[in-house]
Amino acid sequence: MTLHGSEIRPQDTPRPGTSSTNGTDQLPADLQDERLIASHGVSGAVSAFTARLRSGDLGSVPVVVGLIIIWAVFQIANSSFLSSRNLVNLTLQTTSVGVIALGIVLVLLLGEIDLSVGSVSGLAAAVLGVTFVNLDWPWVLSLLVSVALGLAIGLFYGALYTRFGVPSFVITLAGLLGFLGLQLLVLGKEGTLNLPYDSALVGFAARSFLSPAVAYGLIVVVVALYVLTRLRGRGARAAAGLSAAPTSIIAIKAAALTVALVVPVVVLNGDRGVSSMFLFFLALVVGTDLVVRRTRWGRSVFAVGGNVEAARRAGINVRMIYLSVFAACSTFAAVGGILAAARLVAVGQSSGGTDTNLNAIAAAVIGGTSLFGGRGSAYSALLGALVIMSISNGLALLSLDSSVRYIVTAAVLLIAVTIDSLSRRSRQAHGRA
Amino acid sequence: MTVTPTPVPVGTGTVLTLRGVSKRFGAVQALKNIELDVRTGEVLALVGDNGAGKSTLVKTIAGVYTADDGTMVFDGQQVRVSSPAEAQQLGIATVFQDLALCDNLDVVANLYLGRELRRGRVLDEVEMERSSWELLRQLSAKIPSVRIPVASLSGGQRQTVAIARSLLGQPKVVMLDEPTAALGVAQTAEVLNLVERLRERGLAVILISHNMADVMAVADRVAVLRLGRNNGVFVVSETRTQDIIAAITGATDNAVSERAARRTQQEGSAS
Repeated sequence: MTLHGSEIRPQDTPRPGTSSTNGTDQLPADLQDERLIASHGVSGAVSAFTARLRSGDLGSVPVVVGLIIIWAVFQIANSSFLSSRNLVNLTLQTTSVGVIALGIVLVLLLGEIDLSVGSVSGLAAAVLGVTFVNLDWPWVLSLLVSVALGLAIGLFYGALYTRFGVPSFVITLAGLLGFLGLQLLVLGKEGTLNLPYDSALVGFAARSFLSPAVAYGLIVVVVALYVLTRLRGRGARAAAGLSAAPTSIIAIKAAALTVALVVPVVVLNGDRGVSSMFLFFLALVVGTDLVVRRTRWGRSVFAVGGNVEAARRAGINVRMIYLSVFAACSTFAAVGGILAAARLVAVGQSSGGTDTNLNAIAAAVIGGTSLFGGRGSAYSALLGALVIMSISNGLALLSLDSSVRYIVTAAVLLIAVTIDSLSRRSRQAHGRA
Repeated sequence: MTVTPTPVPVGTGTVLTLRGVSKRFGAVQALKNIELDVRTGEVLALVGDNGAGKSTLVKTIAGVYTADDGTMVFDGQQVRVSSPAEAQQLGIATVFQDLALCDNLDVVANLYLGRELRRGRVLDEVEMERSSWELLRQLSAKIPSVRIPVASLSGGQRQTVAIARSLLGQPKVVMLDEPTAALGVAQTAEVLNLVERLRERGLAVILISHNMADVMAVADRVAVLRLGRNNGVFVVSETRTQDIIAAITGATDNAVSERAARRTQQEGSAS
């Protein structure tokens, strides 16, 4: 975009430390202001990162630290916690909660909440079970109908919210009860349905694992894609006269990514390997992250979460954003419910019970998505779900009963929310709200 | 700040004309037969006491309200603006007092909010950042980084971002609602510089302000509203502040002139 009108050049201010008069011309356009603290190379990147942490922009650091502590504690208490076998189980357990939490992340980005994801996931599972087992529908049709049901529920929430301005808290509280009732109604008298063990869905969720060759091949592809996009982005920035990350930092990040992918895969391959279902979840997380950060829709979601009135005046279709986000959340809930049912090979009255609901919401918040809107990341669903399910898995290994699990989960959730509130206050004090 | 403005065709053409614009809210006649001519390359200050109808007039031009009566001619054509989006499409940009920025987004995201540049379906962050810098440099705006959240900017910088954003739609008329309210001395000067820069670009600027010093410093003409009616248009270079204040308050023996008279008397008796 070119800007018409008069061409006015700012007076070149000599930068301290640059003796040549055309010093500013050589600097990238975004680094010319003399007030900027220059950060060059790897050490600069490190110091910029620590400065960001100090100002309260914590990102996913607390949850990663928390996860390390939780894993260390459980490993000390029971040496089989970090075994390949248990970690494969952990990935399987994490998936359904994680998928549901992904939807919660989106809703939280708007500063809204969906309390009914558990019930919606249970209802979707029940519909799948009844149509697939009792009515003998083809599994694809059952699957599509259940997912479409989730979508419809979300659109209904969105319509209630945008048309009548009912707070999402109340709409979804009603949904929590209403859809639980509907789930019981759909299941009928028997209460529990067993899915056929040899069906494709159950196979995908419970028995499908990547062979080591495929898993390592995927890592190569992912890292190559990462390096390529970073290098291309670097070239584009340099061509536009902006500062570009040095190749050393790209190399370090690529190496870190490789380690972060190879180590878990090696460990998981010690047992059954990387579950297809978990890979599906990871793909959803990465996809959602890209959509949220790199598309106009995602930018609009952040804008609405930050300042609805500003978004409206900027010409963003705020209603459409609310509708689509509520729809996406309920759809993710339905998918999560179906995955849970397929993994457990059964649908029952307790499918998507209170646990699911609170675990998913807690996962999103623990993962670092702010309850106050406009701040968060799709990766918080992955990290948060890992924390929640690690606690539940570890306590089960220690054969402690659910009373302890509830208390520990509650404590972790409280800590996470407190960190969120504190870091928000600190961000405001540092002007990074 | 020394800038060397390349000569721009400072148009004397009238870009926006209002004739007989009226607006009522229930039993209150907020605007009555307003006449206004806005010219390109000119800063027109809109002044008036509280409740004089300044905000109503601005919102009527911006499409927030629709006038009950009267005509609006923009760029030689009679127009009817019934929504803010329509006004923006015509080329009338408004920066309201609350600025409407998203604190959680960075400067680039705020500048391009609602009209992001894309490559395919993906946001073109590089091009947006590059042209953000280009725009901010043209305005001599002092923003240290465009990749920091707007929350960390000062009041004047936020005002700058809001004004810069209004320019992205290539408007012909820019309306600024109290841009210097709640700003410090230096920041006010910066915003006033910015207003002059807009004039140099050949834009018509409508400036709403309570601050007579700002008005006299930057405006070419001053349109006074009083109780919802026109109460005179003054050419700043030929007018004294008292005359404008008299037009605002509707009397020559107002509180402001009494104060001024008292002070001259005191000075007279002291000497």
